[in-house]
Amino acid sequence: MFDRRLVTHFDWSYLLLVVLVATIGIVNLYSATSSWTSAPPPVYLKQIYWLGFGLLLVAVMALFDYRHLEYFGFPLYLVNVLLLLAVLLVGKTSMGATRWISFAGFNVQPSELMKIIMIIALARYFSERGHLHGFSLRELLIPGLILGVPALLIMKQPDLGTALLVLFIGASMALFCGIRRSALIVLGLSAFGAAVGGWFLLHDYQKRRIMTFLNPENDPLGAGYHIIQSKIAVGSGGLSGLGFMQGTQSQLSFLPERHTDFAFSVFAEEWGLLGCLLLLALYLLIVLWGLHIALRASDRFGMFLALGVSAMLFWHIVVNLGMVIGLLPVVGVPLPLFSYGGTSMITTMAGIGLLLNVSMRRFMF
Amino acid sequence: MTLNPAPVDTPGLRRKFIVTSMLAAAVFLILALRLWHLQVLGVEHYRDLSERNRIRYLSIEPPRGSMFDRNGLLLIDNRPSFTISALRQEVGEREPLFAKLATLVEVSPDVLEERWRRLQHLPRYRSLPLVEDVDREVMERVQEHGVDLPGILVEVKPLRSYPFGDAAAHLIGYLGEITEEELHSADFSGSRSGDMVGKTGLERLFDGHLRGAAGQKRIEVNVRGKEMRQVTIREPLPGDRVYLTIDAGLQQAAEQALGEQAGAVVALDVHSGEVRAFVSRPSFDPALFARGIESDEWRALLDDPRTPLSNRVLRGQYPPGSTFKMVVALAALESGRVTPQTTHQCTGSMKLSQSYEYRCWKKEGHGTVDLHRALRESCDVWFYRVGLDIGIERIADAARRLGLGRPLGFPFGGERAGLIPDRAWKRQRFGTSWYDGETVIAAIGQGYILTTPLQLAAMTAAIANGGTVWQPQVVSRVENLAGETVWSSRPEALVTSDWEPSHLQAVRRAMQAVIQEPGGTAWRSQIKGLPYAGKTGTAQVVRLKDDDEPADSGEIPYRFRDHALFVAYAPADRPELAVAVIVEHGGSGSAAAAPMARMMLENYFGRQAREAAVDAPLPSGEQ
Repeated sequence: MFDRRLVTHFDWSYLLLVVLVATIGIVNLYSATSSWTSAPPPVYLKQIYWLGFGLLLVAVMALFDYRHLEYFGFPLYLVNVLLLLAVLLVGKTSMGATRWISFAGFNVQPSELMKIIMIIALARYFSERGHLHGFSLRELLIPGLILGVPALLIMKQPDLGTALLVLFIGASMALFCGIRRSALIVLGLSAFGAAVGGWFLLHDYQKRRIMTFLNPENDPLGAGYHIIQSKIAVGSGGLSGLGFMQGTQSQLSFLPERHTDFAFSVFAEEWGLLGCLLLLALYLLIVLWGLHIALRASDRFGMFLALGVSAMLFWHIVVNLGMVIGLLPVVGVPLPLFSYGGTSMITTMAGIGLLLNVSMRRFMF
Repeated sequence: MTLNPAPVDTPGLRRKFIVTSMLAAAVFLILALRLWHLQVLGVEHYRDLSERNRIRYLSIEPPRGSMFDRNGLLLIDNRPSFTISALRQEVGEREPLFAKLATLVEVSPDVLEERWRRLQHLPRYRSLPLVEDVDREVMERVQEHGVDLPGILVEVKPLRSYPFGDAAAHLIGYLGEITEEELHSADFSGSRSGDMVGKTGLERLFDGHLRGAAGQKRIEVNVRGKEMRQVTIREPLPGDRVYLTIDAGLQQAAEQALGEQAGAVVALDVHSGEVRAFVSRPSFDPALFARGIESDEWRALLDDPRTPLSNRVLRGQYPPGSTFKMVVALAALESGRVTPQTTHQCTGSMKLSQSYEYRCWKKEGHGTVDLHRALRESCDVWFYRVGLDIGIERIADAARRLGLGRPLGFPFGGERAGLIPDRAWKRQRFGTSWYDGETVIAAIGQGYILTTPLQLAAMTAAIANGGTVWQPQVVSRVENLAGETVWSSRPEALVTSDWEPSHLQAVRRAMQAVIQEPGGTAWRSQIKGLPYAGKTGTAQVVRLKDDDEPADSGEIPYRFRDHALFVAYAPADRPELAVAVIVEHGGSGSAAAAPMARMMLENYFGRQAREAAVDAPLPSGEQ
């Protein structure tokens, strides 16, 4: 079963790139949480453990042939949808949202899992139904349902950020697959209609986030606080930054959630524009490399798989950075490899594992 | 790879991937441009905001200089106090904030709002003290809720403390916030808006020394306003130490002796004019002022009919009554027309004319009276006759030589001159000539004559020391932080009179008899083992009708009762201390005032005797 070519074809440089970014992230976490006096182990150490676990996951995800997933795509999808339903029924509530269920002693967050499963399911679907002229509206019904049902369930938790990400990932894959112009126009119009209508479905705190995004100074100590403080931190970094461990906004705790969603602000304050551009280039490389793997995949399923994972990474990065630098509303999306948290690390590394899986099997038929 | 092309790698697909990659790169470019916008174009703006986020500059109030009594006992000190302050730049909406704070501090939100408004004139870098001197419990409550109180902080400030309460309050003076006018005056150069400065008394006179210099600190705070790091830019410099000439033990004894009665007590060192005790009652609590007096408290003090704010020692003008008789006696002896042996018959009254009869306090009369008896028993008739004999000009001259009728140059001024009338004054004041009847009553210290308690004490000291009127001193020296003396007093003689020693001696012997001999008006105030000299006085506030029996004082309304006076020096043979006591509407000098002087002298000399009796020096704390 084990093929020597697997080792030689394994994309070590890509993994190295990922580990490099994760290392920068851990160094940044060290600075972001240095003023904390919480109980050990410190956050950065825990993140190192998670990275180790993530690397194991990469190995696991890369070892088996991804093509087996083609057969499991839909069953996995169905199980995941059931899990999402279960969350709504018996989930654990924390901070006003219900996202977790306990499963044999583990806390599982099915909405995170859904990102990967969605990629697999849609890859399965689109790999079989490619279309020269693109999908028509009617043909989009099934992928729309595949995408829409879990997205709605996640939004119900409520977890707008994850729901949007799932939608973005699916939409990216569908767009790549091809959609007819007429269908695109109708979809665009109905998306606009849904946005207007959806406003009334949003929770108050979600509405407030969007309102404050549009005008953060309205509520500087309330909902606008995150955006203002983050912009101050990023902006005061300047060209070359204040230096490692010298970022006052983060060291003095003005920056909220600086170890999770706003970890990049800490980095931006301490390393400045030059550091940011370097990090941005590394992230872009991760995304483009993923697209390259998709292009070189040995089959359409592998291509869509890699494409989906690339889209997932791309949207996470863009939405998080956009939020941190005040281009997008605060929706609570972590920055892959950078924000502290096991969930984000597992999702990201599972995706990376899939990418490497596709990459190393590009010559095998 | 071209040898083994992947089946999906078609030119069309390749183009699609290139477009997709370029789109992704374009989005990243937007992010990069935004970062450039924030970090390069906006860096100054955001750094400025960041500074404001984390740094507070606060001034550190210096502890005001302490004051000590002549033995180095701490009279006026500072203690740390907790003040709830507001930082204007960090306060958002006031109404909910003050509502929350008000329940924690247990004051009305209106009070906070009022304070906030009233303090708006303070410079921007100063915090606004909303509630001063809260207790520890309130302070902890406020700190606990710090997260909900943006812009509110608890400051620790040195606050004037008064271990002896309101003792010598009129001498020490009180503090108040500097006024706009004072800010521009040279006396307060170096003070800043919002400072507490000395308003009266020594606090005012030595403000420049006591003030010290404020320090400054930079505080880095976190988002909850919690201090993370504190950098002292400049240490505050405590004010200089002021050493008074006051004797704390004597001062306290005098305060207690006078108690709730209105009046004044002064004790002077006979040989230097140094003030040993300075009491004006009713008094006020200087601590009220130290923390910033509320307007209703201030109003209450101003409106109090007993005028607690007035400094009776310097500004209280009283008829000296019989304590003036030493002046007349000395004037008489100096005139050469009267000798200690000169006698007059006292029948209880003296008729000046058919219609004017002047009564002695002793209705049945003293019989044959000489100078010694006249002073000892305070015979009015003897002084009526002697006064008529020598005339008002000689009396007035002697009074002036003893320091009466003029301010004595008290360090912080504000003294009243008192009044020593003579013919010229009468003519100028009323445009009429002087009448004999006015000489008669002047001879017993009534009529136009007015003296301050300080003048009476200085007069007594002059009689005791041979005729020198010293300028009163209340501060012996001022020491800076390093212990160097930066100011010291110089005793200055205002009048050095060359009284004939035997004349002074005669008067002093008579004053001694007042205490020591039976029949002396204050013989009941003798102190065993301490012979001293004194003179009682009872000053009429209003003239009761001649034919009225002196009614029992209990039946006379308070404001018409006589002032009780007593002057004394001790010990009799080698005088050290001169004392003047005035009890407003206290009744007779011998019953009301003399016992107070006695209590003071017992305290002062009793302590000296005890200290002398112990060979080994006592621990310095023993007072």
